[in-house]
Amino acid sequence: MSTIIDVQGVSKSYGGVLANTDISMQVEKGGITGLIGPNGSGKTTLFNSIVGYHPIDEGSIRFEGKEISKLPVQSIARLGLLRTFQQTRIYGAMNGVENMLISMPHRKMRFMDSFGKNSKADYERADMLLDFVGLYEKRFLKSGSLSFGQQKLLEFAMALMNEPTVLLLDEPTAGINPTLINGLIDRLKRANTEFGITLFIIEHNMRVIMNMADKIYCLAHGKMLASGTPGEIQGDQRVVDAYLGAH
Amino acid sequence: MKKTIFYVLLLIFITAAPFMFPAFRTQLATLWLMIVVSMTWDMTGGQMGYNSLGNIFFYGTGMYVAAIICIGLVHDVGIYNDASRSEIMKFTDTQYFVGAIVGIIGAGIFCAITAVIIGYVTFGLRGPYFAIGTLGVAIAAGELVANWEWVGGGQGIALPVYPGDLDNGKLFFYFLFAVSGVVLFIFLKWLYGTRFGAAVNAIRDDEEKAEAMGIHTLRYKLTMWALAAFFVGIVGGISAFQLIHFEPLETAYQTINLGIFMVVCVLLGGKGTLWGPIVGAILFHVIKEVTWNYLLGWQWVALGALIVVTVVYFQDGLMGWLMHKKPEWFGVRIEKKESVGEAS
Repeated sequence: MSTIIDVQGVSKSYGGVLANTDISMQVEKGGITGLIGPNGSGKTTLFNSIVGYHPIDEGSIRFEGKEISKLPVQSIARLGLLRTFQQTRIYGAMNGVENMLISMPHRKMRFMDSFGKNSKADYERADMLLDFVGLYEKRFLKSGSLSFGQQKLLEFAMALMNEPTVLLLDEPTAGINPTLINGLIDRLKRANTEFGITLFIIEHNMRVIMNMADKIYCLAHGKMLASGTPGEIQGDQRVVDAYLGAH
Repeated sequence: MKKTIFYVLLLIFITAAPFMFPAFRTQLATLWLMIVVSMTWDMTGGQMGYNSLGNIFFYGTGMYVAAIICIGLVHDVGIYNDASRSEIMKFTDTQYFVGAIVGIIGAGIFCAITAVIIGYVTFGLRGPYFAIGTLGVAIAAGELVANWEWVGGGQGIALPVYPGDLDNGKLFFYFLFAVSGVVLFIFLKWLYGTRFGAAVNAIRDDEEKAEAMGIHTLRYKLTMWALAAFFVGIVGGISAFQLIHFEPLETAYQTINLGIFMVVCVLLGGKGTLWGPIVGAILFHVIKEVTWNYLLGWQWVALGALIVVTVVYFQDGLMGWLMHKKPEWFGVRIEKKESVGEAS
């Protein structure tokens, strides 16, 4: 497998707070990579740095070999590197199908294409993906009236609609009913295998991430603490200490 | 089918209105002006979430561009607008009509281009800052033009009078306004159904999310504003010929009159809907004319009260209120309560 996201020596501080210090990591193409760490360890900051949400202080971030650390959010999204939000973001005033159709990959359209109407194939794809996440029955409901968990599933479906190369998921299972989590794990895995989307996931739920990821990175206090396979991470005393607060 | 009949009847009424109410021809023309500026304001304010207070800039600029093109095709603009000029500069009928049509279309195109340039700078501003920024552009433009002697300075421009019968002139302007209004309506009805329309709504509802999804936000925002500016420029140009004489601060760049009226119309009728601005413009125009006639002296107080009541108690406007009360009329479905499902 080849490296698709290559982070080298990235540092980011907010005023005096060092959110990320000299972080280096790689995301393998076609795999599922996990990012864990206690609250405030700098996971979301690293995500935001990768997707261009804020400039980084030092280091380099490459996507498919191209330096992206200076690019704005939209340009990075148009390369096919997409993120979902920790605080789920959908268009609440619109129904599920409309949300899906808005998520059409505009990067693959020429300017004049945007003045066309959505084709039958677009509608079918939207329906198929809504069915994939289990929201088909509720597709005409105003999405703001859906439960939080359903909104998360909708956001996931919207991301798939956008046909990304890499999908960065910020805590996909947070706030989701435990009975739904197994279904979500299954769908994330299928998105990886069936649609061939590389996944890079921040997750707090150890059971979830240990079940899914091929490789896991663990952050603590803004520094890279450990990396390895789920088995190695679970056995790493430093990771256990970080989570239990033995510092 | 029902819809087709409705639109055909509406079109017949639009065509017949100036003949049915000949005394109100100018009033009806002004109503069309209000409808067009309200609909164009809603394109960015209602559909895209960018509340511009500077759209009047395109109205004023449209007036000036149309007038300058019309004059410039025949005479020297500087000499024509010179206050101390003593010779009489005439226009033949052909020169008038060609100048008017070319000028009006030119005004639309010029305004669309300026919208792209101004938008490139101002679309970095969000929320109230965008409103204030655009208002600043309109006010500054009025002051600049008022000090530019080549275009008549503070006394403005006096255009030739409509050649021929004055009543025909009123009809001519009524139909110019009406046609631009109908064309704009058809255009927007189509535009809001395209992917572009959906992308613009996405920008309104959550611009950050739209950016994160890779939507070309700036490009779509500029396009939308340019399209709006095109139509404002067109009606500005028509107004120039209808009013015959206009000056920069009170007529062309009238930020406190039409510039605010268009916003009130949209709020009254309902932001972000196709019909809201139209309904709002009609309501507002009627209220305005009634207060100006029967409450003279208090008309601005009445208008201020209307704005306050709309903004404080009736933000969603008439169409928004209807959508809230009768969502099923607009095809919106709300999740039903469990008990309802069991009962049926």
